[in-house]
Amino acid sequence: MRRKPIYLDYAATTPLDPRARTCMLPFFDEAYGNPASVHSWGQQAEAALEQSRARIAANLGCGTDEIVFTSGGSESDNLALRGAAFAARQGRSANHILISPVEHPAVLETGRQLQQLHGFELEYLPVDHYGRVEPGDLAERLRPDTAVVSVIYGNNEIGSVNPISELGVLCRQQGIPFHTDALQAVAQLELRVDELPVDLLSIGAHKFYGPKGVGALYVRRATPMIPIQTGGSHERGWRAGTSNVPLIVGMSEALEVVAERRRTDIQDFGKLRDRIVDSVLGSVPGALLTGHPTERLPNHASFVFEGVDSNQLLAALDLAGYACSSASACKTGEPEPSEVLLAIGLDPRLATSSLRVTVGRQTTSVEVEAFLTSLPEAVSRLRAIEPAFP
Amino acid sequence: MNSRRTIAVAMSGGVDSSMAAALLVEQGEQVFGLMLRLWDAHPDRPNRCCSPRDMANARMVAAQLEIPFYVLDVREPFRQAVVEPFIAGYLEGITPNPCMACNRQIRWGHLLRHALQLGATHLATGHYARIEGSDSQPRLYRSRDRMKDQSYVLSVLRQADLSLSRFPLGELTKDQVREAATQLRLPVADRPDSQDLCFLGGADYREFLKDSGGASWGPGPIVDQAGTPLGTHQGLPAYTIGQRKGIGVSAPVPFYVVAKDKERNALVVGPRAALARSSFRVDRLQWVAGEPPELGTSLSVQVRYRSSAVPVRLQLNGTTASAEVELEQPVLQITPGQAAVFYSGEECLGGGVIIQ
Repeated sequence: MRRKPIYLDYAATTPLDPRARTCMLPFFDEAYGNPASVHSWGQQAEAALEQSRARIAANLGCGTDEIVFTSGGSESDNLALRGAAFAARQGRSANHILISPVEHPAVLETGRQLQQLHGFELEYLPVDHYGRVEPGDLAERLRPDTAVVSVIYGNNEIGSVNPISELGVLCRQQGIPFHTDALQAVAQLELRVDELPVDLLSIGAHKFYGPKGVGALYVRRATPMIPIQTGGSHERGWRAGTSNVPLIVGMSEALEVVAERRRTDIQDFGKLRDRIVDSVLGSVPGALLTGHPTERLPNHASFVFEGVDSNQLLAALDLAGYACSSASACKTGEPEPSEVLLAIGLDPRLATSSLRVTVGRQTTSVEVEAFLTSLPEAVSRLRAIEPAFP
Repeated sequence: MNSRRTIAVAMSGGVDSSMAAALLVEQGEQVFGLMLRLWDAHPDRPNRCCSPRDMANARMVAAQLEIPFYVLDVREPFRQAVVEPFIAGYLEGITPNPCMACNRQIRWGHLLRHALQLGATHLATGHYARIEGSDSQPRLYRSRDRMKDQSYVLSVLRQADLSLSRFPLGELTKDQVREAATQLRLPVADRPDSQDLCFLGGADYREFLKDSGGASWGPGPIVDQAGTPLGTHQGLPAYTIGQRKGIGVSAPVPFYVVAKDKERNALVVGPRAALARSSFRVDRLQWVAGEPPELGTSLSVQVRYRSSAVPVRLQLNGTTASAEVELEQPVLQITPGQAAVFYSGEECLGGGVIIQ
C-alpha cells in the first residue's frame, strides 16, 4: 500500500519484545531437551523452565508453586472456571457460578457449557453502563453454594477496569474462589497477587509483548482445583503436556520488561489515549465513548459511531493504512451486535458500530495525529452514501 | 484518497474473479478485494458462491496477490431484491432471471456503493464482456470468447455503472484464463465452472421453491391447445416454457410446455411448432448504451442467456419503457420473465423483460 500501515490494535496482540525474542532462541534448537527427562538436556530445560516460573512468580508476588503454565489466556480461563467449579461441586456440593456478562468469550462460553452440559446454575452479575460490577451487587448474590466467581479485570472491548480488590474481599469473606481474567491488565496495571485478594488470575503472554501460544494461571495455595487436562504429571499434575520451554522463557522475559517499564508505559499510553478520546469525541459527530471515562485501561479507547457499520469502518481504515478493531466486526462481514455492548445497555443498532483503538510501545504521537485526521474523513464518507444516518 | 485510481474487485473464490484480480495487480493497479456474503447455506447443501470454503479460497487468493480483502454482508438485501422476487415470479407463472436482479441491485447497487465508500474509483468483476469507448461514454460489447459471453446479464447496468466498471477478462477465452491461473498457481485454477443459481446450493429449483413454501402450488390439469385434458401437473411453478422432459404425458409426438394458464391452473402443452413466436412485448426497457437505438439501426435480440441473437424490428412506444418486438424469423422459447436483450452487432445496447 501507499505507506507503512499504522498499528493501533495492541489489545488484539502486541509485537514480541526483542529481549524476549533473544532469550527464547536457544531453547528451540540448542537447549531443546524435554524438562521431564532425566539426562542433562532435560536438566538444562528444567532449569530454564523453573527459572522462568520463579521470575514470573516474583513479578506477580506469589510462590512458584502457584503458577501453572498454559497455552494462553483462553486455556487459563478454562482451567480456572472448570477446575474450580468441579472441585467445589466435589468438595462442598456447590453448584452456583457467578460471572459478569462482559467477560471474554473464554469465560462466557465456558460458563455456558458448565451450565448446559454439566448442570451448573449460571448467574450473571449486573453491570453498570460502563460494564463494571458493583461490589454490592456481588454481595447480594454470593451464596454458600457458589462454586466460583469470575469478573474480568480490564475489559478487552470497552476498557473499563473493575474494582477487583473490593470484589475479591467479598468472595474471600465467604470463602468462595474468585477468578479474574487479567489479560489486558498485565501490561499496564500494577498487578500483584500479594496485594490483590484473588484466588485465580489468568494471563497470556502475547498481550504483553511476549510470544503467542503461552500463558499462565495463578492459583492461590489451597484453592480447591481439579485439573481439566489429564495425562502426565507436568505442572505438578495441574496441566498435562510437555512444557513449551522456549515460549515460557519468552513470557518470563517479557513480564520482566513489563515490570521495568510499566510506570513510564502507563503514562505514555495514557497521554495518547486521552488525546484520542478527546479528539474523536470532538471531531466525529455522533461519537460516544464506551466504557468508563477514567477507570479504564491506559492504552484503550473505544467508541460507537451512530449510523456506521463497524465492518465497513474497519475496512475503510485498513485501506487508509490504520489497523483497528471492533468486537462487532468479523471476517465474514456479519454485522453482529457485540454482546458486551448489549450488556451495558446500548441499542443493538449502535452495538454494530463500535471501534476499538488501542496503543502500545511502538505507537508515536505522529501516528496518532495522522489517525485522528483520517478517522473523521472515513466516518463521514461512510455516512455520506449511507442512507441509514438520519 | 489520492488521485490514483483504486479498483475494487468483486471476488467469489472462483477462477474468473480471482484471475480478474490477478490481471489488475499484474497491470500495476491499486486493487482490493470485496466478497459478497449473499446467502446462508442450507446445512446439507452449501450454496455455491459464498460458502465458508469459497470465502477461504478468495482469502487465499487475495493473500497470494497481496491485496486487502473484505467481506460485505448483503444477505438481507439479497433476499429482498433477488430471492423473494424469484420465488414470487415463479408463483405468478413467469420465469425470472435472478442473476440480472442481483447484478442490478446487489453488485452494481450495494457492492458498488460500498466500494466507493471505501475509496475505490472503479469496480471490477470476472464477467466475460468488454467495455469500449471513454469513461464518459462507455459501450458494452460481447466478450471475445463468445461461448462465455455474459453481456446478456450485464444489460441491466446503467451507463453510470458501466463507466465505473472494469471487466479484465473480456479479451480472454476461458481456456486462457484457466491457463493463466494455473501458471500463477492460484489455488482455484481447477475449480469447476458454476452452473446453477448460487442460492439453490445444487438443489433443483423446484425443490427450492417447494421448501420456500409457495401458496399457489397445487396440482391441476394438463391440456392441449384446444383445451383437451391430457393429465395432471404437479403445480405450475415446476414447469418452464419450452420444457419437454418431465411433463408426464405420453404421445406419439413429443409435447412441450407452451403456456401456463394461471387462471385455470392449467399447463398448456403442444408440439414443438406451437412454441414458435414471431412477436412479443417487453417492459422495463433500460439502455446500457445510454439511449435507445436510433431508428433504422439493424438490431438483433437474444431472449435467453444461452440462446443466439436473431434479427429483430423494435417498435418503441414513444418514451415509455415498453415496446413491441417483431422477429424476422419465428423463435422458440419466448418466456415471460426472461430478458430480451438487444444488440447492434457485437454491442449490447440494453434490454427489457418479456411480458407476453
